[in-house]
Amino acid sequence: MKYSIEDLIKQINFLADGAGDIAIMEVCGTHTASIRKFGIMSILPENIKMVSGPGCPVCVTSQEDISAAVAIADREGVIFTCFGDMMRVPCDSTSLYSLFEKGRDVRLVTSPMDAKKIAQENPEKQVVYFGIGFETTAPHTAALVEEADKEKIKNLSVLNSHKTMPSAIKHLLQADSKISALLCPGHVASIIGADAFSFVPDILHLPAAVAGFDAYEILAAILRILDMIHSNKTQCINMYPKAVTKNGNRKALELLYQVMEPDDALWRGLGNIPESGLKFREYYEEFDARYRFEIPKNKASDANGCVCAHILRGKKIPTQCIHFGKDCTPDNPVGPCMVSAEGSCAAYYRYRE
Amino acid sequence: MDDKIMLAHGSGGEKYRELVKEIFLPAYSNEFLNPLNDSAILTGGEKIAMTTDSYVVKPLFFPGGDIGSLAVSGTVNDLAVSGAYPKYISVGMILEAGLSMSTLSKIVDSIARTAKEAGVQIVTGDTKVIENRGSSDGIFINTAGIGIFPKGRAVPQQKIEVGDRIIISGYAASHGMAVMAKREDLGFLPPILSDAAPLGDLTAAVLNNKNHIINAMRDPTRGGVAATLCEWVTTDTDIILYDNSVPVRPDVSAACSLLGLDPLFIANEGIILLCVPESCAESVLTSLKSNKHGEYARIIGEVRKGNAAVKAVTEFGSYRRIMMPSGELLPRIC
Repeated sequence: MKYSIEDLIKQINFLADGAGDIAIMEVCGTHTASIRKFGIMSILPENIKMVSGPGCPVCVTSQEDISAAVAIADREGVIFTCFGDMMRVPCDSTSLYSLFEKGRDVRLVTSPMDAKKIAQENPEKQVVYFGIGFETTAPHTAALVEEADKEKIKNLSVLNSHKTMPSAIKHLLQADSKISALLCPGHVASIIGADAFSFVPDILHLPAAVAGFDAYEILAAILRILDMIHSNKTQCINMYPKAVTKNGNRKALELLYQVMEPDDALWRGLGNIPESGLKFREYYEEFDARYRFEIPKNKASDANGCVCAHILRGKKIPTQCIHFGKDCTPDNPVGPCMVSAEGSCAAYYRYRE
Repeated sequence: MDDKIMLAHGSGGEKYRELVKEIFLPAYSNEFLNPLNDSAILTGGEKIAMTTDSYVVKPLFFPGGDIGSLAVSGTVNDLAVSGAYPKYISVGMILEAGLSMSTLSKIVDSIARTAKEAGVQIVTGDTKVIENRGSSDGIFINTAGIGIFPKGRAVPQQKIEVGDRIIISGYAASHGMAVMAKREDLGFLPPILSDAAPLGDLTAAVLNNKNHIINAMRDPTRGGVAATLCEWVTTDTDIILYDNSVPVRPDVSAACSLLGLDPLFIANEGIILLCVPESCAESVLTSLKSNKHGEYARIIGEVRKGNAAVKAVTEFGSYRRIMMPSGELLPRIC
């Protein structure tokens, strides 16, 4: 018999009682949004905390990538296309949105294929797509580039800021951390497979559950995590089998790695993380907007003393950061914890009085 | 008649007169406007309501409405939720040279049609033409409206009280999603229709019942239902919204979840929110449902003692804070 949502809450309270402080990190922007939407925090016992990890692709996009985006979008003859929430992320007091307000041709798209259509309709313009996101969106970008190559579309390129999830989590949590368990991203796992997160129990020695996105699915995954903690087990359990298989979507992965290969990536506030990004393979280089517009990648870390990584590990609080509230505010964020409204720094800033 | 707007159409000369005689007067004609005097001399009650609003919506035409219908219903609704009976409006237009005459005609017809539906007369107006700034589809409209208070009609004090029920008159988020879908060319089929409509009759249906006490009444336009509730809440009250009780059309709801938007924050142009004592909530609902714009009215929340929080409470007892929206709404990627 399936538990009711009230049963789940009762069981969570039972297992949490006397368990000490437990911090569960979620690493998916949609999980963060769902946890807020369903008020999950408000019904969890006080010793169970949800920590928003670096799972919102917009929040972790580096200043360096945004300044490249702004530089390209500000050129004559360019139509710059991107997902909506990317438009507002600021960089040195400008943003794609402010370029749009200034009259530059910055367009919101809901799929990379929209960019292809725009390129075909505007042969005299250079159309650039801002590729952001993890393994969930990267295969779509790969499909766009592969089609553009086949169809010989010459006025389309991609500013590639795609990242991959497992290496970033490994990098972040391998160091001393107060995170007790991981709520694994259901969307990413549907592509890379539940097994891709087996490093969480195997290497990080933390319990993990791949979770879906409604209140029931999130609470059920939290309950399984508490259950593992209670019985001292570390496993990665797939709690989202309706969408996630053991090995993921091989076809999407094949296409992705046909077009792109792993590369180091700059994460906002976290700095350079080896093998956590994706770049175009040499054959597809001409579709790389940085190549086409001659904007070299500045590999210098843009972290500048930002302590987001420590905050995410639960080792520091926002007010211990030298940037907090000074040069780092929601209007001009230095680290990812200030970009996302759910980030620790943004929450601290909002309630600082 | 020329087929495009030229700077001369705003000069006050021959071309301007031609525009007024051939486009505006035939559409708007009434006893107050026709003399074309410098101001209209109106008759009304002792106490009047007055409001003004400007409309700069892009695209000019969207499924379910256009800038013209919006310019009438938006202003009319501001009067209606104040408890007034909308009676007269002015129409001021700023046109960009190059605008096609047929586009202007279509918008003028829509203004006339919506004014008729709303029961208001267009009694004065103005038109200016500015140089072409590149888009050739520029048209901005300002409308001011005057409403009168029928004898004995209670005016909502616009102050909520502990124990009140919050009522919504219909589906939320339709207008904002219709405009966004059209503007960003999101290609939903069938297209999402705006709810833009004048609501004077709907508010009258509620206010005409002398037993009704309406503590607050608003049209939740920009910022959506969330913004209105955040404006209503006072330092010693909380507003409790029953999560999932706010009705949203299935197509609008699907579009919102696709784009990662919360319908509570999306603009409306054809619904009202009311805050009424529990004792008359059912009767107010019945009155709303008697009007075609209130068919889907329902209670969505209540006012409790508290400290200025708006909370959406789920069926299983969790809650989330609803904060005043800030900035432009943009779709989320994930």
